[in-house]
This record gives sequence, C-alpha cells and structure tokens, in this order.
Amino acid sequence: MRWLPSPESFRNDLAAASATVDTGERLERLATLANTRLSYLELMQLDAALRKAPKPSRSRFETVRVAILASSTADHLIPAIRVAGLRRALLIETYVCPFGQVRQDLFVKGSALHAFSPDVVLFSLSTWDFLGAQPLDAPVAAADAAIAAAVNDIDALWREAVERFDATVIQQSFLDLEAPLFGEFDALAPAGPARLTARLNTLLTERAREHNVLWLDAARAMARDGRDVWFDPVRWLQAKMEIAPTAAPAFGELVARIVAALRGRSRKCLVLDLDNTLWGGVVGDDGVGGIVLGQGNPVGEAHLALQRYAKRLSERGVILAVCSKNDPAIAEAAFRDHPEMLLRREDFAAFVANWDDKAANLERIASQLNIGLDALVLVDDNPAERARVRGALPMVATPELPADPAHFVSCLADAGYFEATAFTEDDALRSAQYAANANREAARVNAGGMGAFLEQLQMTAVYGPVTPFNLARVTQLINKTNQFNTTGLRRTEAEVSHISEDPRALHLQFRLLDKFGDNGIVGAMLLTPHASDAATLELVNWVMSCRVFGRELEYEAMNILVDAARARGVTELVADHVKTERNGVVNDLFSQLGFAHAGDIGGGKRWVLRLQGYAPRRTCITRKAEADD
Amino acid sequence: MTDQDLLDALTGILRDLLDDPSIVLTMATTRPEVPGWDSFAYVNFIVAVESQLGVRFRLADVESFQTVGDIVKEVRALQR
Repeated sequence: MRWLPSPESFRNDLAAASATVDTGERLERLATLANTRLSYLELMQLDAALRKAPKPSRSRFETVRVAILASSTADHLIPAIRVAGLRRALLIETYVCPFGQVRQDLFVKGSALHAFSPDVVLFSLSTWDFLGAQPLDAPVAAADAAIAAAVNDIDALWREAVERFDATVIQQSFLDLEAPLFGEFDALAPAGPARLTARLNTLLTERAREHNVLWLDAARAMARDGRDVWFDPVRWLQAKMEIAPTAAPAFGELVARIVAALRGRSRKCLVLDLDNTLWGGVVGDDGVGGIVLGQGNPVGEAHLALQRYAKRLSERGVILAVCSKNDPAIAEAAFRDHPEMLLRREDFAAFVANWDDKAANLERIASQLNIGLDALVLVDDNPAERARVRGALPMVATPELPADPAHFVSCLADAGYFEATAFTEDDALRSAQYAANANREAARVNAGGMGAFLEQLQMTAVYGPVTPFNLARVTQLINKTNQFNTTGLRRTEAEVSHISEDPRALHLQFRLLDKFGDNGIVGAMLLTPHASDAATLELVNWVMSCRVFGRELEYEAMNILVDAARARGVTELVADHVKTERNGVVNDLFSQLGFAHAGDIGGGKRWVLRLQGYAPRRTCITRKAEADD
Repeated sequence: MTDQDLLDALTGILRDLLDDPSIVLTMATTRPEVPGWDSFAYVNFIVAVESQLGVRFRLADVESFQTVGDIVKEVRALQR
C-alpha cells in the first residue's frame, strides 16, 4: 500500500471525523482517512467509526452487498474490505458464511445468506476443502480427473449464486500452501501439490471466462508480497485463518477494486506530469536535447518504461492527459522532436501545460474530457504538488510516487486504479475516439453554428437489441455512466441478460457513427413490463455516454424507441427519473421529450408518455437498424 | 520498557481496538472481565500487539495466556 500517503494524525483526524454532524461530510472525512496508509489496528478503528456513521440520503457513496463464502475463517478480512470500499466511496455491507458452511449456505433455502441477498458473491475456497490430497503415485489421468471434478463442483456453486441472487460472482484463486514434497519436482509430479493447485487455477480461470465469473488473484498477490505475509501458521492453527491478518489490507484492496470496477468506479484517465516524471530533467531549462530519456541511459530507460506503460494502458482504454507546469510550446516540442519519445502528442486526449495551479488544471482536464474528478489519477514526482492536489481535490487519486523513477511503473501498477471487469471492442478503440473528438471540436468551431456542425457530422445511429454479442459492453455502459443515467440503477451482467431474454421486455443499444469515425456503443435503453398492464412499458435504464452529449442522440433514441414500442402494441411509456449526485444533465430530459409529470417517487419524479400523442423530434441523425447490414 | 510501560501499551491497544477509552487493565485482568474482549477480538488484539511492539508470540503462548500479566511477561521475554 506504498502508493498511499501516511496519515498526518490518525487519532485526531478520526476523532474529528466521528464528531462531524453532517452525515455526508462525515463520510467524506472518513474516506480521506481511508486513503492513507493504515496499520492493522487503525484499519479496525476506521471500520468501527464507519459502522457508526449513518448513511446520508443522497451522496456519492453507494452501498454494495458482498457475501464472502470461504472455506476458512474470513471475518478478520471484513474491516479491510470495508475500508478499501470507503477508499472508493463504496459502502460495502458484508456477510461471511459460518465456518465450513459454503455449500449449505448456498443451497439450503432460508439460510442466512438468502436473507442477506448479496449483489456480489466472493468464493474464497481452499484446496483441502475442494481437492484434498491425491495419492502421490496417482497417474496424470487420475490427478487431472480429480482437478476436473473440483472445477465442476465449483462451477455448480457459481451457477447457484447467479441463479438465486443474480449476483456477480468473484472467484479467488486457490493458494498453494503445502510444504514442498519433491522440491522443484513438485511442479512436474502428476499429484504434486504445487502442480494440482496451479492446474486447478488455470482450468478455473478458463471456466470463469466462459461464465462471466470474475477472478481475484490472491495467488499472484501472495507471490508478490511473499508467502510469510499471506500465510501465518500460528493464525491458521489458532483461528483457521488461511489468509493471515497481515495480508488483510492487500486482500481487502483487491476485493474493493473489483467491486468498484463493477460499479463503474475505476479510474478512467491517467494524468501525467512531464519534467522528472515522463522524462528526467526539466525541458524548459535543459532543452529538448538535454532531457534524460530513452535507451543507453538507465535513468532514461526508467522514464521510458513509464511512457511504455502509459501507452499500454491507453491501448486498453485508459485516457491519457498531460498536466505540467511548463511552457506549452516547449512541452509540445519535446513530444514532436525528441527521438526517443514513445508517447506522442496525439496520444493525449487533454494537454495542459501552463503555470497555473495544478488543482485548477485538473479541474480543466476533467471538464474538457467530460469526466468526473474522481476518474483522474495524477502521476507527479513533485511531493509539494501532490500535497497541494490532495488537499484541494481529495477525489483525485494522487499516488505517493517513490523518489526513484525505477519504481514508478510498479508503484502505479500496484495501486490498481484501472481495474477492469471486461475488455470490449469499445475499450480498445477509446483512444482513437478521443482523438477523433478533438477533430470534431475543431469542426464545430469552423462550422460556426451548432446546427450546421451537426449536419456536417453526417451521423448515423445504428441500433438493435441487446444480444450476447454486446451484453458485456451494454452492462459496462450501464454501470460506468454517471451523468446521462435516468435511474442510476446498476445491473449485473446476469440481470441485463435476463431482461434481454424476456420476450415482454424491450431493449435497445445504440452505436453512433459520423464522418470522423465510429463512437462504438454509446447508449442503451432497457424497458420491462409495467405492473400487469401489457400495453405499458417502464424505462428502467437509460444511459448514454458523455462522449456523445450534444449530438441529439437522445432524441433519435426516443424516436426509435417509440416506433419499436408502437410496433409491439404498446400505448404508454413510464419512466422514473431518480436524482443522483451526478445526473443533473437529465433533469429536463423527459419534459423535453413530451412526457407528462405523473407524480413524485422517492428521490425523483415519475413521467408518463402516451404514444398516441408523440411527435418525433427532427434530428441530424440517420437511423439504421442492425439487421439492415 | 518497564512492566508499567508495557501495561500502558496493551491498555492503549485494547482501548483502540474495542473503541472504549474507559478500559483499565491490571496485571491480574483476565479476558472475560473486559466487555467485548471475545475470542475474535482477542486474535485481533494479539495481531495488533505483535505489529505495534515488534514481537511474535509462540502458538502455545497465545493459547495459554490467562492474565494480562502473562502477556506482559511474555512480551518482555521476547523483547529481551
């Protein structure tokens, strides 16, 4: 947890936070503490304070219910999981199955697990519980049959969790804690414990991929932190803890990362400082030729390694930005003229080089990219700048970068800011899409008038139902979209799949193309039958990516929806607008679309549209059904 | 560290752990006398003591401590 700064005064800060009356402010203060490096005891204290904090009626904090079904004792991991959740503005409610009761809890109706009704089920299972010791002289076929049986056994648990709770399943990798028997030959002996565990994990990851089960790689974390951190024979014998309390902070962090990713709370944008971060030296003083970067100089290679890592992250969909105290012309020249520069100016979706305050510049970057400040990570070598940004913008992640650039990449990677739960075509194209957005912006300025600009874009909306081919992207969009999100309701992939398979439901996804490129799937609508009335559908989810705001896609989407609904004999649409911290952009949406206000619901309004009276809005978007291809 | 220093340190850890500043430990205090100091809190207490004071208790000791004084005595022996 070296990326987290040390708390200034944990005891005082905790007391001050606990004494704060305003419930939202109290959680914010506790979350600030969660973003510091804490001892085991401090973690327990912070969790105790968190348990006492009432949940504010509306805030950026979101509740998620996580059940941990473990072969061994897991209660001691709970405070670390909850504090790691708080670090991401998640209020994680937890349930731990009684010792040795994984199967009973899951399969017996009326169990405590059923009463808990989890959103996420985490399986933390042990080899002694699911594989057992195999005879050492077992031939390969027999050993592999035992592993295959264990995989099927575990698969049945996953299915039950999905079918019963519509929960997202996370499987923790099995830990190899056996003492070596043959020595290095353990990996080759058919029934060698090391081989059994490794093979079980490999087969499970393959099965997990098929079933959309997520993977928590405790084995990899143990390999990194060391076995003595993760397993303590005294704790095992004393309390049957397979994961030692010393590993609790790391374990909790991994759980919270995945849960946060599921709820669209992974960071989206890597903001990089330039001097002594992306290269050695100060380009304004040393000149483009004088900075330390690239092959032949070990320090230059360390900075190049950070550039390479940033480039790889952008290839998987992380947006890159520059925030540097520099002369903009000199900073741009460094990217253009330095022969060893791996990153190019066009790799950055936002490029801010000036002498202004960094916190103000970060706000500028977030607003330029139309993403929240809590989507940013700032990598900056300067401790004073980091402290300034943490103080002004605590929601920006500012890792405590080590002094030696040799450790920049591992520090950033260990912090796990960009956890993913899927990798879609859309992610792979994101960098190109942001570059295209810069071209669109230029076109908008040249077009003079918004209407002329939209005409010139030559937009086409390609629409179709939610199918297994786009299920992952639609789920991702529903869970990552904070602004244009009418209900704020999050959905697991299983839930979206159920709706898409329900013949009474209506579901649409939209892809927007224009002359600058394909924006990918940027909108989705899910409608389910409203009460018992077959002629009324309720719009339970409507999301649209912030990348296509101001393009009239929401109007064309409603035109398309109304036509599809009419074709089904539907006469009325009901839509709830539930206000969240971030969805102010949809405040006037339904009235603009001709819906009538039909009463208030908890935290928002209900709107109704009689299809008979709906007049389609003219847009500059040509529509095209997917089947037309 | 004197016995009193150690007793103070253990008291501080237990107060933080159980979030109860009124706890007063003596060498003769036993676990059941302190409200909330159940077996789960005991494991956490041992883990916190080990990390704060830089010691590692043996399994047999962890299982055999009767009084707070026993823990103080063992910490002193391990720190020597």
